[in-house]
Amino acid sequence: MTLKIAVCVKYVPDATGDRGFADDLTTDREAVDGLLSELDEYAVEQALRISEESDDAEVTVVTVGPDDAKDALRKALSMGADKAVHVNDEDIHGSDVIATSAILAKALEKTGFDLVVCGMASTDGTMGVLPALLAERLNVPQVTLLSELSVEGELVKGRRDGDSATELLEAPLPAVVSVTDQSGEARYPSFKGIMAAKKKPVEELDLDDLDIDADEVGLAGSWTLVDAVAARPARTQGTIVTDEGDGGKQLAAFLATQKFI
Amino acid sequence: MGKDFDLYRPSEEHDMLRESVRALAEAKIAPFAAAVDEEGRFPQEALDALVANDLHAVHVPEAYGGAGADALATVIVIEEVARVCGSSSLIPAVNKLGSLPVILSGSEELKAKYLGPLAKGDAMFSYALSEPDAGSDAAGMKTRAVRDGDFWILNGVKRWITNAGESEYYTVMAVTDPEKRSKGISAFVVEKSDEGVSFGAPEKKLGIKGSPTREVYFDNVRIPADRMIGAEGTGFATAMKTLDHTRVTIAAQAIGIAQGALDYAKGYVKERKQFGKPIADFQGVQFMLADMAMKLEAARQLTYAAAAKSERVDGDLTFFGAAAKCFASDVAMEVTIDAVQLLGGYGYTRDYPVERMMRDAKITQIYEGTNQVQRIVMARNLP
Ligand SMILES: Cc1cc2nc3c(=O)[nH]c(=O)nc-3n(C[C@H](O)[C@H](O)[C@H](O)COP(=O)(O)OP(=O)(O)OC[C@H]3O[C@@H](n4cnc5c(N)ncnc54)[C@H](O)[C@@H]3O)c2cc1C
Ligand SMILES: Cc1cc2nc3c(=O)[nH]c(=O)nc-3n(C[C@H](O)[C@H](O)[C@H](O)COP(=O)(O)OP(=O)(O)OC[C@H]3O[C@@H](n4cnc5c(N)ncnc54)[C@H](O)[C@@H]3O)c2cc1C
Repeated sequence: MTLKIAVCVKYVPDATGDRGFADDLTTDREAVDGLLSELDEYAVEQALRISEESDDAEVTVVTVGPDDAKDALRKALSMGADKAVHVNDEDIHGSDVIATSAILAKALEKTGFDLVVCGMASTDGTMGVLPALLAERLNVPQVTLLSELSVEGELVKGRRDGDSATELLEAPLPAVVSVTDQSGEARYPSFKGIMAAKKKPVEELDLDDLDIDADEVGLAGSWTLVDAVAARPARTQGTIVTDEGDGGKQLAAFLATQKFI
Repeated sequence: MGKDFDLYRPSEEHDMLRESVRALAEAKIAPFAAAVDEEGRFPQEALDALVANDLHAVHVPEAYGGAGADALATVIVIEEVARVCGSSSLIPAVNKLGSLPVILSGSEELKAKYLGPLAKGDAMFSYALSEPDAGSDAAGMKTRAVRDGDFWILNGVKRWITNAGESEYYTVMAVTDPEKRSKGISAFVVEKSDEGVSFGAPEKKLGIKGSPTREVYFDNVRIPADRMIGAEGTGFATAMKTLDHTRVTIAAQAIGIAQGALDYAKGYVKERKQFGKPIADFQGVQFMLADMAMKLEAARQLTYAAAAKSERVDGDLTFFGAAAKCFASDVAMEVTIDAVQLLGGYGYTRDYPVERMMRDAKITQIYEGTNQVQRIVMARNLP
């Protein structure tokens, strides 16, 4: 039986660009070029490695995003994924993580999966909770933030490196996992991979295809409402304590004013 | 007017290839470029990264296990590697130069035997035409091959051989009939491990210091007759046909090096302040950058057009290959010199990469035929 691996990939504004917001306080996609979220490259890489280890596996990359998100899919396909699913609908514009997870869950149910691999967080939203929401909606186990990942028979196994302990985890398939940037360097698309990507199937789905009402998603269906955005204030120069015998006292006083002690 | 007009631009796949090679080059090759130059050592990190991502010899046809990249894709790979490290760009470039004689004129057996290991990254391929006393006048070579039953016995010296000692395979041009001058030259595949093959000390060079250039000595090297590439007496023609194609890859190297220097200078002038403002605010500086970008873009367009002609083997390739190599290398020299100028005193130090780029650019005006020789070639093949 074919092991069906789905990888959730996000199309994000280039983190090295000057990112900003549009008039409706959603991501400005005009000003900065978009690309496959760098952290999702690790997810694609892990899926490809599992697929290469397995006798019979298929890797499908799935994205929810605007027209240009096909670039992110193209990149994942050129890395070696077998096919892609692009969920695209004007009514999706403005969806928060709750709404996005609802759409992705429907898309994954439609596509079918044994294992869903996600990145640890997107490089733009950086919430890092989508994998957990997805597992909840799909009603399958979640094994998140893994630095190592493997599939052994009917089990997915992984390693999570915490601050104080390393956990070795496993869950029965089907399951949702997320992998960190420590899981192993992502490959670069080769010339052959790039040429092959052109011929791989990309399925386009809209909200109707997934039986989702427009008001469940987008700005209307999101739980989060952005009222205002402000640039982070520029970093100020630190306070320099000159030690004239009372340096310790001054330091303690400073920490107290900052509510550290 | 419309966005889907597809003339005069690389395909989407070519753009993606550039993006991929650029990311790889910046992450895996650029960090070692200064050390490779400073220490004059082979860029092993670059070779490893290129092999791991199947970019070390993309031109090898798929039938022999290669990536089957067209000439423009090959140019883009070389250009992007050269943008961060000129020395490293000689890996994909010379793999094409060394193996193209086999691809153009070799027997099926030779192709099967030698292209597979090249494609896999198990072996590199060098090209041995020049000699101490035969540079621009390559047909004046003295290396001799004498028939001995089913073997040829080679004796002589090749000079300036890129990647000598590192490469497993060598295309060697040698005289088989001294009476006939260029029509008495034949091409052979010689292996590093063939008895009687040895190498000279690495040359101490101005630039591309990470790319080994050494002499290759042949002392009664006995090789089977089926290692001859094409028919007896066709070696010089094959060598020249090869250069028609590979001069385009030298042009690629040149525009890559120049782009690296321009990109660096562009960033620098915005940061560097004099007279109370960034030097980028001075029109004198802006005009220099404008000229650099203009010349570089003209060189790139000519190079890509020549690459397309190389892929199609158009009748005017000889002119275009020479023109692209000559123009792009002259532009690379001008652009890198101006980049040093824009960095002022800092540009003159080895703490900044532009002086290395300037030294590296110089070789593109010299090898695969000096730019004087390119002008001779162009004049004889005017369109
Ligand atoms: C770093 C490096 C790597 C190289 N790699 C290789 C390699 O891998 N394989 C290989 O086979 N060769 C290689 N070469 C050799 C290179 O191709 C030759 O150096 C080049 O062809 C010039 O030959 P020459 O050095 O003998 O110069 P010469 O031929 O002696 O030329 C000296 C000068 O005279 C000029 N000149 C000569 N003839 C004419 C003419 N008819 N009209 C006008 N001007 C003329 C030249 O332009 C030049 O300015 C390499 C060289 C270098 C420096
Ligand atoms: C080996 C060496 C020895 C040196 N010895 C001495 C020394 O003995 N004494 C000493 O005082 N200095 C010395 N210097 C420093 C040197 O003189 C300065 O580097 C030089 O004057 C350029 O200034 P800068 O490097 O600050 O470049 P910048 O001032 O940053 O200028 C960079 C570029 O910007 C352009 N530019 C800057 N301002 C303008 C403008 N207003 N209009 C148009 N273009 C402009 C120029 O093209 C310049 O190349 C030395 C430097 C080196 C590398």
